[in-house]
Amino acid sequence: MKEAKYSADFNNLDAIRDFVGEAAEEAGFSGREMYSVQLAADEACSNIIEHAYEDIPNGEIEIACKVETGQITIIIHDHGKEFDITQVRKPNLSRDLSEREVGGLGVYLIHQLMDEVRFSSSKKNGNTLTMIKRKSGAL
Amino acid sequence: MEIVVKEFKHCNVIEINGRVDSSTAPQLSQTLDKVCDQGHFKLVLDMTGLEYMSSAGFRALLATQRTCKRYNRGEVVLAAVPTRIREALELAGFTELFKSYDDALSAVGSF
Repeated sequence: MKEAKYSADFNNLDAIRDFVGEAAEEAGFSGREMYSVQLAADEACSNIIEHAYEDIPNGEIEIACKVETGQITIIIHDHGKEFDITQVRKPNLSRDLSEREVGGLGVYLIHQLMDEVRFSSSKKNGNTLTMIKRKSGAL
Repeated sequence: MEIVVKEFKHCNVIEINGRVDSSTAPQLSQTLDKVCDQGHFKLVLDMTGLEYMSSAGFRALLATQRTCKRYNRGEVVLAAVPTRIREALELAGFTELFKSYDDALSAVGSF
């Protein structure tokens, strides 16, 4: 298990993508799968910074990557406001340009890019987002 | 991220290089807003040098497309979209909202 801690700042997204990218590479993921994992981690952390830590200074994001045969588990932890991305409404993608919704897109992408997405929250332990990606062909 | 704006006779070409995420997307939005504020609504976004784009970047593209298409005065088209970024745009349902060309030259020629 690899672990890292970042301050809740958009400027750290580069480092966060590098961190999960390295783990995905270690798991033997293809370039395409690695990009998916990096994009999902970026979208999740962007949401935490924007929503969970809204009006809360000095927030921190802890990320753990667990590499197992054919899959990677990314656990993202924060102590901000409860923001359950599994409850975010799916944006209506079929609408035309003028009606296209701007919100919810990052969360929608996370669900599309990852095989499993779970969220748990408690007053004592904060918020935990668990995302699993399986290597294509491995089940 | 680095942005280069080039003014042509019939359209503007905007090269977006590097990575666009929540940290850099505001800069992209500002640049695109400025181009529109100057009365340019036919835009080619050249993504040859684009390495990464998250939904923060997609939102900037969407807002600009809305501005440009208003009153039928123009349009945003994409050029040389890298494979991974195209796949993400497809997942987000964005490919229907933007015409896409293999390279900037063909995109410029479309105007």
